[in-house]
Amino acid sequence: MRNIIKITTPLNDEKIINLKAGDFVNITGYIYTGRDAAHKRLFDLIKKGLELPIEIKGQVIYYVGPAPAKPGYPCGSAGPTTSYRMDPYTPALLDLGLKGTIGKGLRSKKVIESMKKNKAIYFGAVGGAAALIARSIKKSEVIAYEDLGAEAIHRYYVEDFPVIVIIDCQSNNLYETEPPKYKK
Amino acid sequence: MRKIKANQIKDKVKELFLKANYHIDQDLMQRLEDALKEETSPIGKSVLNMIIENNQIASSEEIAICQDTGLAVLFIELGQEAQITDGDFTKAINQGVKEAYEEGYLRKSVVDDPVFERKNTKTNTPAIIYTDIIPGDKIKFLVMPKGFGSENMSALEMLKPADGPEGIVKFIVETVRKAGPNPCPPTIIGVGIGGTADRAMVIAKKAIAREIGCHNKNEKYALMERKILTKINNLGIGPAGLGGNVTSLAVHIEYLPTHIAGMPVAVNVCCHAARHAEGIL
Repeated sequence: MRNIIKITTPLNDEKIINLKAGDFVNITGYIYTGRDAAHKRLFDLIKKGLELPIEIKGQVIYYVGPAPAKPGYPCGSAGPTTSYRMDPYTPALLDLGLKGTIGKGLRSKKVIESMKKNKAIYFGAVGGAAALIARSIKKSEVIAYEDLGAEAIHRYYVEDFPVIVIIDCQSNNLYETEPPKYKK
Repeated sequence: MRKIKANQIKDKVKELFLKANYHIDQDLMQRLEDALKEETSPIGKSVLNMIIENNQIASSEEIAICQDTGLAVLFIELGQEAQITDGDFTKAINQGVKEAYEEGYLRKSVVDDPVFERKNTKTNTPAIIYTDIIPGDKIKFLVMPKGFGSENMSALEMLKPADGPEGIVKFIVETVRKAGPNPCPPTIIGVGIGGTADRAMVIAKKAIAREIGCHNKNEKYALMERKILTKINNLGIGPAGLGGNVTSLAVHIEYLPTHIAGMPVAVNVCCHAARHAEGIL
């Protein structure tokens, strides 16, 4: 069995420094959701110097647009969406103290540099494992932008939410280090 | 003429989209189990285990396999002796999609205007519908909920005839390499060669739904499928892009006659959750 590191949110520098690319991590606590449309709105507020609808400092944003919940379920299937679409907005959020993002796929150089500067982590959730991941989401509520439907900002309470550290705060990047080992 | 009511079409479309979004076909489940044996990366194995467990949960609880329940794509073969009564063919299909996505707790992912408003239609319609007229009096349906993490990695290249099979292999492998972890590997690669630019992509998409492990009947194309799959799996991208020797589960090529001056090649990438369902009326 692979060793799994358990962490709780909110995050701080101390918790983050110990996480290394390749670590399997289970997250417990509150996390926020956000994808394309919500990010655009947050970014527009930051540009105008206005207050955000959520406190960003120390938080984790999960890039997801969940399926509707079936009766009796706190949340519908909720796997990660592809992260690069959020790249143009991410450094501004990291500058405000965002400590972690959860998604899938490559990040831009600017995001990786900003993660190093701001000591933040990029976690990967397994794309398409949406029904499995949803089991760790115990509570879901809409916090902002309800009009966006699945794209609204939700706050999840998660228990042992399964992720892998893809890029740590020293810019070690699993997408760069692992595939070459299996290249023929 | 055999009469088929529009309502029957609606019900069939609804039934098939629900089925496709909850249940991964047995051939794909078996291929994932085989991939688990082939994979040498420990992280890759963990990822494959999660995918298999996920598909089992979705199927037994009848919940969406992936939250991206996709654009509703349909390939329909309409028998020329079937007459649709009591309604409109296209409306019936869209109504079936709407009911499946509303009543089945599936995500509505369609925006009306691709550039400016981008307002969600809230029904997951309009569907993308391809209709072929065939002999007979039946209607055959192939439905594919198509997620966009993988759709966004698709590519088209109008190759020169002189580029030959080597040029095709190179283009397809390069498309998969560039996509890296984004399309949720292990992927299924649909390839359409020939026809026109548009038709090549349509047959590439339909090729994704072919039974996993079945090769093209033409031995030359079957050989090309095997060769491309080996080259892709030698890239090392692996499950979820975290390294490994299983990057794609299958490469399916379809081909059509084309113009003397051209050799269109379309690559339609599909994630490991290659969802589809078939039915007949």
